[in-house]
Amino acid sequence: MNPAPSIVFFTVCSGAGYGLLFWLGLLRFFGLVPANAGFGVAACGLALVLVMFGLLSSTAHLGRPERAWRALSQWRSSWLSREGVAAVVTFAPAGLLFLALAADNEALARPMGLLSAAGAAITVYCTGMIYASLKTIRQWHHPLVVPCYLLFGAFSGAVLLALIAAFWGAAAVPAAIAAVLGACAFLLKRLYWSSVDGGRPVATMESATGLGFIGTVRPLDPPHTETNYLLREMAFRIARVHAARLRRIAALAGFAAPALLMLLVYLAGGVVGGVLAVAAVALATAGLLAERWLMFAEATHTVSVYYGVPDRR
Amino acid sequence: MTSLPQPGAKKLGLVIDLDTCVGCQACATNCKEWNTSGHMGPLPDQHPYSAGQEGVWFNRVHSYEAGDGEAGRTVHFPRSCLHCETPACVTVCPTGASYKRAEDGIVLVNTDMCIGCQLCAWACPYGAREFDEDQGVMKKCTLCIDRIYNEEIPEARRVPACVSTCPANARHFGDLGDPDSDVSKLVAERGGFELMPELGYKPVNRYLPPRRAPKVDAGPPKDAGPLPSQITNPLLRWVDKVLSR
Repeated sequence: MNPAPSIVFFTVCSGAGYGLLFWLGLLRFFGLVPANAGFGVAACGLALVLVMFGLLSSTAHLGRPERAWRALSQWRSSWLSREGVAAVVTFAPAGLLFLALAADNEALARPMGLLSAAGAAITVYCTGMIYASLKTIRQWHHPLVVPCYLLFGAFSGAVLLALIAAFWGAAAVPAAIAAVLGACAFLLKRLYWSSVDGGRPVATMESATGLGFIGTVRPLDPPHTETNYLLREMAFRIARVHAARLRRIAALAGFAAPALLMLLVYLAGGVVGGVLAVAAVALATAGLLAERWLMFAEATHTVSVYYGVPDRR
Repeated sequence: MTSLPQPGAKKLGLVIDLDTCVGCQACATNCKEWNTSGHMGPLPDQHPYSAGQEGVWFNRVHSYEAGDGEAGRTVHFPRSCLHCETPACVTVCPTGASYKRAEDGIVLVNTDMCIGCQLCAWACPYGAREFDEDQGVMKKCTLCIDRIYNEEIPEARRVPACVSTCPANARHFGDLGDPDSDVSKLVAERGGFELMPELGYKPVNRYLPPRRAPKVDAGPPKDAGPLPSQITNPLLRWVDKVLSR
């Protein structure tokens, strides 16, 4: 599948924003992050900015962005619509959380924090389901896709929260959470890759054309001599050597290195911890962009079978 | 609404005969011709008169080689919307622009509501939907809804453009929900099949398999005499010609 920059950026950016919102709401409820207004405004503000930038970026993928509001109507059947509704609904408690934190209103901040955390988790779950519900793409129609989206959002959000908390000298709890989640994300993504690498294509040229009863089927003449929308969008090809390199970048820079750095932040704290947290955020962002780009680039769609584009690189 | 309607009795669709299709591309061409000014038109082309030309087509004709040796054959394979009974392209649509008609099962896009998110194209396993980059909306086969119900044209011509133009009579249009219709009988008689039924979208269109080539009984080899061109003597060549009649 074609890795459209707007969608790659959107899912990484809003995933981190919702992760940050989730941990802020949850940890603040239990009093595990600083309770002062400055920290709350910084963390909640960053979360909202990331979510809004992400959602705005996603509209860049639309052919008619001015009609984006229509996407809220079909939540009964469409995961994309559900994601939109969940995102819009989550803005209510998240906005109130921001105001409550700014005004130091503890009574409002605690319930709004919990509601925001729930909204964030539901929104990211819907994002994952958009991909996981597509039977046409075996790398997406996979039981680990939704857990990956949830875990990577939670991980990147925890890393961001640790960075912000480091300025208040209170990074220990989010850093410990991020270290554990980073290790889990590393393992989960490795498990996902080994599973999809061993998977079977949804269709072969024999099954897709129904001509298998004659024998093996080979493409003779394509329907068009130039490329088209289907080939550009659905038959994106990536060189095996690039994919292997990007997988290493995603696993090491995206998950392993930030997890280690978060462990050091947990142990060191202070200014050193702050500097390490900045490095962790930078690495995690780069790694997650590579991971999300690969999520598209390595995905194969059944329509490419009709064009004779192989499932395996 | 992108929730699917209660399935109706009428299931309009195409039956495509892979045995007789000659791959002439007339169906694709006439489809483009009719539909570019039809219900879901225009069907734009990018760089139509230079390198890198491409455009929106509702019908694409692939050619394949199937089998090897004597059993092998060339099969031309038109690919278009199959108007599935449970189309994922409709249910994934976030806006309600994609819909399936209850009355005849035709799957359409309301291009005034489409936001161009292209999720429907990802959800369709058959590559039936193509994005119009000029209008920023998704387009697809309408089963020539503006022909089949068009009372301005003679009744005999109220069939999809691809069907009306096929010179090999390889395309048939009708109600596949009615077991007594001509198309249903044709499917039953020829063993028509669905594409990728395992995905569960219940395509309405059917493909008729290429007939198996009749076994030719070669028999014992004929007595191999010299070819006429190998006889150098003109008189003997004339005798050979007369006797060979």
